[in-house]
Amino acid sequence: MFYIAIVDYEMGNLKSIYKCLQHINAPVKITDNPQTILNADGVILPGVGAFGDAMAHLKQKDLIGTIQQIAMEQIPLFGICLGLQLLFSKSYEMGEHEGLDLFKGEIVKFDETKVDKIPQIGWNNVEFQDTHHYLVQNIPNNSYFYFVHSFYCNPANPDNVLGKTRYGEIEFCSMVYDRSSNIIASQFHPEKSSRYGIQIYRNFITHCKK
Amino acid sequence: MVLTKRIIPCLDVTEGRVVKGTQFVNLRDAGDAVELGAYYDEQGADELVFLDITASSDKRKILIDLVERTGEQVFIPFTVGGGLRTVEDIKGILRAGADKVSLNTAAVKNPQLISEASKIFGAQCIVTAIDAKRVYVDSRDIKGDNIIIEIEEGTYCWWEVYIHGGRTPTGEDAILWGLKATDLGSGEILLTSMDADGMKEGYDLELTRAFSERLSVPIIASGGAGNPEHIIEAFKKGKADAALAASIFHYDEYSIKYVKEECQKAGIPMRV
Repeated sequence: MFYIAIVDYEMGNLKSIYKCLQHINAPVKITDNPQTILNADGVILPGVGAFGDAMAHLKQKDLIGTIQQIAMEQIPLFGICLGLQLLFSKSYEMGEHEGLDLFKGEIVKFDETKVDKIPQIGWNNVEFQDTHHYLVQNIPNNSYFYFVHSFYCNPANPDNVLGKTRYGEIEFCSMVYDRSSNIIASQFHPEKSSRYGIQIYRNFITHCKK
Repeated sequence: MVLTKRIIPCLDVTEGRVVKGTQFVNLRDAGDAVELGAYYDEQGADELVFLDITASSDKRKILIDLVERTGEQVFIPFTVGGGLRTVEDIKGILRAGADKVSLNTAAVKNPQLISEASKIFGAQCIVTAIDAKRVYVDSRDIKGDNIIIEIEEGTYCWWEVYIHGGRTPTGEDAILWGLKATDLGSGEILLTSMDADGMKEGYDLELTRAFSERLSVPIIASGGAGNPEHIIEAFKKGKADAALAASIFHYDEYSIKYVKEECQKAGIPMRV
């Protein structure tokens, strides 16, 4: 039976993603069980909080290998907010932490001399770099999405950039993808981004059903 | 491509229904809170704020139920405040699906609540709500630490913090309290002018600007919006990051869509 697994590693509010998926009638399980995650038709890696704590929780729950296996088996994987950041090699949030390394690159903080306020809180545009990608279908380019974050990703490979956003003087990567491993991720919160955010989840579900 | 200014309808609720007072008394029913929330999402509201103005311990369950139901129909960020006193209270509301909580009286009485909650849940979900009222003085030269501003030529005031839904003056300076709340880990300030609230004559722009220029976190201007021009002024002159309003939206005087279009015409970055 088709279902989406939301990885529960006790970081942040999973409920709003859960309710958003329910709203579009997608069967969904919130779980920390590796087998339930591996058997899913699509996996969402959410997260709000600090990078180091998040990696520690994933490790404690023995989920690091599970997520890497999801990527290897090409099961659709969708990282959101901190969930995007965890997919990268390394983060400089409160020290230096190793990530899941599914994307090469680093997580760095907004330079306070180049932006107005940290964190960035609110709605900002996303310029899609590949308007044919399944995730952004039926969404006008440069639509607004809801962001809450102080750190952003710097992918080593520019081919991984699916969306770009400007905050102050900084242009950063707000969506990443990797065609070969079926991973996508967004720095913004689709579940808090009204109509077009819901459309992103619809597109993800449609892709998972293929 | 810039971060937009936010338009935030505020729903004052009691037992799941929306009310809005004039200067915090004379309440009038304006509809079902969840229904109204979903309607505002559809209309283009950037966030929602629920303030449970009659919050007491027996109302807690009703509030959590409201938050749960809201999460099923509203897909923009929403903040909940009103009578939250402890870390446990905050946890309950956030677990039920709220994105942020706003703290007012409890934070004034126990500022450590802000730092504790911020450490556990993150600064981004802790909003400090400040109800401020002008105290006019003859000149800048009075004793004490109050921050006195010349609001127009020859007219000076500072702002005093009120608690208990605007009923109790505290003697504390609002700007100093805002700075302290930010230091303690509050991620945003919801700033209500007691003088302007319910009057529909515009925000207290001097108050809003005084905060925006001094604090490093976003300022949500509140109290006094009567038309789109007032909201435009809050952004342009008050330098607010977000504008909160209630009655002008609830009674269909101006739609959110119309207000946002007017703001955009005035050159303010908006999600329309």
